[in-house]
Amino acid sequence: MRSADHRRINDAFQVFDHDLNNTVDVREMGAIVRSLGCFPTEAELLDIIDEVEEPTGFICFERFLPTMSKILMEHKFSPIPEDMLLMAFEVLDQQKKGYLESDELTNYMRHGDEPFSQQEIEEMMSSAVGPDSNAVHYKDFVNKMVLDGQT
Amino acid sequence: MGCGVSKSNQFHKQDTKAIKAAVLIQHWYRQYVARMEMKRRYTWNIFQSLEYSGEQAQIKLYNFLGYLMDNFTPSSNERNLISHFFRENEVCRDSEWERFFCYKNIEVPEIYSGPHLTFPLTVEQVTGLVDALRNKRQLHSRYVLQLLLETWKMLRMLPNISRISTCQSKEITVCGDLHGQLEDLLLIFYKNGMPSLERPYVFNGDFVDRGRDSIEILLILFSFLLLYPNDVHLNRGNHEDHIVNLRYGFTKEVLTKYKMHGKRILKLLQKLFSWLPLATVIDQKVLVLHGGISDTTDLCVLARVDRHKYVSALRPPKKRHPSATSLSLDSEDDGWTSSRRRASVTSHRPLTRGTFQNLSLQDFSDRVKLPADEQAEARRRLLSSACGQSQKELGGVAGPAAGAPQDSAEDSDSAEAEWKQILDLLWSDPMTQDGCVPNEVRGGGCYWGPDVTEDFLSRHHLLLIIRSHECKQEGYEFCHNRKVLTLFSASNYYDVGSNRGAYVKLGPDLVPYLIQYQASSMTRQLTVRQSVGRTEHSALRVLRKQLFSHKSDLTCAFQELDKENTGLLSLNDWATAVESVMHLGLPWRTLRHQLATKDCDGKVNYLHWFTELAIKEPNMDHIEQGLLETLYRHRSTLETIFRIVDTDNSGLITMEDFRQTWKLLSVYLKMEFTEEAISDLAVAIDSNRDGSIDIHEFMEAFRLTDKQSRLECGRSMFMGTATDLTRLETEDPDV
Repeated sequence: MRSADHRRINDAFQVFDHDLNNTVDVREMGAIVRSLGCFPTEAELLDIIDEVEEPTGFICFERFLPTMSKILMEHKFSPIPEDMLLMAFEVLDQQKKGYLESDELTNYMRHGDEPFSQQEIEEMMSSAVGPDSNAVHYKDFVNKMVLDGQT
Repeated sequence: MGCGVSKSNQFHKQDTKAIKAAVLIQHWYRQYVARMEMKRRYTWNIFQSLEYSGEQAQIKLYNFLGYLMDNFTPSSNERNLISHFFRENEVCRDSEWERFFCYKNIEVPEIYSGPHLTFPLTVEQVTGLVDALRNKRQLHSRYVLQLLLETWKMLRMLPNISRISTCQSKEITVCGDLHGQLEDLLLIFYKNGMPSLERPYVFNGDFVDRGRDSIEILLILFSFLLLYPNDVHLNRGNHEDHIVNLRYGFTKEVLTKYKMHGKRILKLLQKLFSWLPLATVIDQKVLVLHGGISDTTDLCVLARVDRHKYVSALRPPKKRHPSATSLSLDSEDDGWTSSRRRASVTSHRPLTRGTFQNLSLQDFSDRVKLPADEQAEARRRLLSSACGQSQKELGGVAGPAAGAPQDSAEDSDSAEAEWKQILDLLWSDPMTQDGCVPNEVRGGGCYWGPDVTEDFLSRHHLLLIIRSHECKQEGYEFCHNRKVLTLFSASNYYDVGSNRGAYVKLGPDLVPYLIQYQASSMTRQLTVRQSVGRTEHSALRVLRKQLFSHKSDLTCAFQELDKENTGLLSLNDWATAVESVMHLGLPWRTLRHQLATKDCDGKVNYLHWFTELAIKEPNMDHIEQGLLETLYRHRSTLETIFRIVDTDNSGLITMEDFRQTWKLLSVYLKMEFTEEAISDLAVAIDSNRDGSIDIHEFMEAFRLTDKQSRLECGRSMFMGTATDLTRLETEDPDV
């Protein structure tokens, strides 16, 4: 089990190790950690980075491996299941219309401890809002996104 | 939303719940974005590894042929065949050369409705030409030839390194690789304005190949160069090389668009390319060049080299006869034929710029036999090499070694060093570690590190290097502590949505101002999500084909690891085996889910896997599997050899040449093909039994049926661009 984890971590790391010297740019951390099925928030991610970053702005595999193995073993930051996600959208859809106005969703996304940046909002809306309406049919949206994530 | 003071308790509860839900959605969306980013990266990796492995194959083939050329005796058949490869030399040897530039007797028919050019060009004519080419018009071959001649005269006057300066009102625009993508060039002109006295441009090489409008790009760039010689600067790229063009589509494009005079146009361009300046320096502080530098790059040396000797930068020019070096009659050879030509010309005037037209081209054209000293030289090399040629064949070489010149080792060393300067400039890539190592991924040039940049810049009192040569997702990328800027101007290079293009503007403060764009109308309608999906899909398609064409080798590698012959392999073993065969350096374990879906307890059923790759083979039951696989795998190389063998560019080769080609390929690949197998292959395609083989048809018949990918053999070219003009042209009298 352990060695399987090791390999998974190695694989995810390799994708970003452009110079094949067992280091990656610190900016790639988020993608690597998330590609391993762990979904820390930005703040949590910064904590992980603090733990492993070299003074040069690079991350060495040797330091990354133990930290990441621990995260995997403890099942920290586990992914959000689809039904929970749908429930979340339903909570926001107070009138139970089956959709959210894009302004409505945008507004919600600007809240919380780590609100969306303008760029994130635009990106999300570009794939969430239907071509002819101003509404986010969240069931379709979630289905579509989950499908993308799988292939 | 956090303020609930005036709200009821119930509402407040609702509110907190909503925030919780929103945070959950945020988390989920961010994890989704991360996953897409991951995909985008590995897709990029696939494209890039495949592209570089293609370049490597080209250089390997070239070196191989060069080796044969150097080591075979002149009498052998193979040499005859291979010498086609270096047919650039013929240009200077015979009277053809004169004919190539002669456009006067090419009539422009009255029905021709494209642009007309008169020289010197005017602004109106050039903008008219741009408009016509935008509207998919073709420039008549007469004007093409004339334009090329004028350009050639101009280029010959330019130094190796152009030195230009900015001023308040004149920002300089620098563009990177265009690769035949006219849409990108036109978009740059639209956004930034056409070149003019107020708007100078530097185009940093790789104008041609891969895209479908390479010739149009050249015509536009050359016209602007003629119009504004002090404000338009063209640097040579590694694709401004006729050997590279054989594989990457430019040769094919020209021959398709200009059926009648394509061959002449190509020969002229071969010459023109070798006269393109190598680099541009802006305000003595910013160096613009195509590939990059190495730890030996020295601008003083580069400023002095005879750049036109390097018709193809892939091969060092032949050593010159020491006594001939004083003769400066070096205007149009690549050094390969220099000694033989020099021996033939008994008296001559030194060639100064501008007097070329006065010189009778006939002076150059005498054909002479190989001088004794060159033969002796060839023989010496033959003896010292382990080529395996028999002594008998050696006997066929006339003349003793008496006249062999004593080339000093110094001479050849400095020639080699000079060649390396050019090769490094055109082919190198930066890397993040310190140092300088040969660029084995591309097969030419080197990788240089930040320390090399630092040292180079301080030695030359420069601030910044702007280079191109590598596709970047954002169209540009800084590295080496922002001292090196990579600039790439062909958007959607690998596929629609794969990357943006960029250009940079420099004012007197020399702070680079970058502008990004994406040319295809399609990308505007695609969301990030869709375009990542699309690009990924096409990358995987190409990769699947690559895997499929290595079926036998892969099966062997799998079986070796599958000791108990279960047909199943662990994921780890599978990945190890695949990499051991493919050498693409890709994260195979991560990719596995994209390449195959079936899984038995986490194991890969490797026999089943090939069927899952879902590639339909052409129905060629009677043809040997090994031969077919070789054909799929090396189709670009094979097509390149075909094009070499097809000396008259007719698109047809004889059965004998077909056999020769396979023989050459078998030596190259160190594989055996039986005569019968090759005959079967030929018969399968020569359906009318007329004894000749259509190259295009042949390559098409053995295409793995999956959509064509540009990485494999260029994009599907010229669809709808070759207008009726080509038909008109065939009615033209040939020269």
